[in-house]
Amino acid sequence: MSANRAIDLKKTAIDWLGITPFLLFAVMFLVAPTLYLVTGAFLNPAGEFTFENIGGLFTDKIVASYWISIKISLASSIGGALIGFWLAWAVVLGGLPSWIRSSLLTFSGVASNFAGVPLAFAFLATLGRTGLVTMILRDWFGINLYATGFNLLSFIGLTITYMYFQIPLMVLIITPALDGLKKEWREAAEILGATNRQYWTKVALPILFPSILGTTLLLFANAFGAIATAYSLTGSTFNIVPIQLYAQIRGDVLHNPNLGYALALGMIVITGISNLIYIWLRMRAERWQK
Amino acid sequence: MKTQKIGAWLAIFFGASYFIIPLIATFEFSLRMRRGEYSFDAYRSVFSDVQFRESFSYSIVMALLTIVFGVLLVVPTAYWVRLRLPQMRPVVEFITLMPLVIPAIVIVFGYLRIYNSSSYIPFTGSARGTDLLLMFSFMTLSLPYMYRSVDTAMRTIDVGTLTEAAQSLGASWPTIMFKCIFPNVMSGVLSGAFITFAIVIGEFTMPSLLNRPAFGPYLQLIGANRAYEPPALAVIAFAITWGCMILLQLVSRFSKSAPAKP
Repeated sequence: MSANRAIDLKKTAIDWLGITPFLLFAVMFLVAPTLYLVTGAFLNPAGEFTFENIGGLFTDKIVASYWISIKISLASSIGGALIGFWLAWAVVLGGLPSWIRSSLLTFSGVASNFAGVPLAFAFLATLGRTGLVTMILRDWFGINLYATGFNLLSFIGLTITYMYFQIPLMVLIITPALDGLKKEWREAAEILGATNRQYWTKVALPILFPSILGTTLLLFANAFGAIATAYSLTGSTFNIVPIQLYAQIRGDVLHNPNLGYALALGMIVITGISNLIYIWLRMRAERWQK
Repeated sequence: MKTQKIGAWLAIFFGASYFIIPLIATFEFSLRMRRGEYSFDAYRSVFSDVQFRESFSYSIVMALLTIVFGVLLVVPTAYWVRLRLPQMRPVVEFITLMPLVIPAIVIVFGYLRIYNSSSYIPFTGSARGTDLLLMFSFMTLSLPYMYRSVDTAMRTIDVGTLTEAAQSLGASWPTIMFKCIFPNVMSGVLSGAFITFAIVIGEFTMPSLLNRPAFGPYLQLIGANRAYEPPALAVIAFAITWGCMILLQLVSRFSKSAPAKP
């Protein structure tokens, strides 16, 4: 009996030993750094518990930077979701030749990973002051883009740029969901006399809704945490939260390290909540994909 | 039905313009360096820049190291979880998804605070130590992709039977791992490797905040100071990403021909 137990214990110990390297890695490079910042957000420089840092987030400058970040992330995720859905719908249900579908999916795989600094360069070359599209509009159509108030280094410009990786991500995630719409559902609806519109509003969209909303949230978090594109497009002039945090890490511009931790905590909370809802919605969506 | 098809073509036309025009514009811009005519001068200038070569090779070496150590961490873990600790799967999967939830800039902020030169583990105290920390941070970034592609590949093989078969033939654990499991999940390992390469090569936030001379910060620096080299670099970066994704597709198509088991 006791010998058996010793063997069992040894076996369990070996079992756990097998994933020790992974757990150690996770604690050192994911859990501990995050926990350090989260607890730091609730401490004052003397190491005492306080809500001051959280309160400190509600100053005009920081609230403004959260607000502009949220606006850009919302605009680029909703825009990306709508256009991405439209494209996915076109290749899945639009009756197009199949090479279009495979090219779109391959290209989406590339473009969803084409972010960061090079993406900023690409859009400067396109819609910057001497970019190709700007020049063509001016020389061929007589439209001076920058006289109309457009600026690439602004809310609208950044949103257009972000959509370059948001749309492909939506295409990649929503295409399988659209594939999962069964033909029988449509046929059943048609036999019962439903119009195309009724089929979409009463059958297809309710089924797809968790996937669409979930992916939109994923795109939102994706845009919210992104920094490289915005930073190389606008320098440090455009005060989205990640850029603010970057400046804080570089040189403590808030003059309070613990306020910097609170800034980071705010980012974790926002991306965390949207990701959690995304995961929950995806589990709901998977019910229909069995 | 007709209107549906028109709508679909319209979508593709719109999407194609939005995606292709910036690529054409970037390429066109990169050729403008010589006044009045198109030339590849910007590319020549980029390739002859010592800093380009240094930062690019630095990032390539970092990417390769990240892939090697990432694979060595992920494959045994995914294997072990499937074989012995299925109850830990949700936990391990949750951990591998964490880098998608917590922004990279926040993670590296934490590193700078707990691994600074006056801490117990002073990674950032020396250049080599910072390189090591940077590699770990790249491993963290690529963890979700690496784990998922390896785990997907592992789903198609029966790890339990494979292990028992190898054990009854007298194989040791290293033999089982490297001669039995690795070859069977090679498609997953390669997919993970290509996506890791694509992510690491242009990554800006982490090397920039850790002050290491990687390709991402170099791109940003050139972007702030030059006119025609940035689009040339964007074309190069796009080609690299494209190459990685093509290789990834080839690998996954190749592996699909293998018989899949539940």
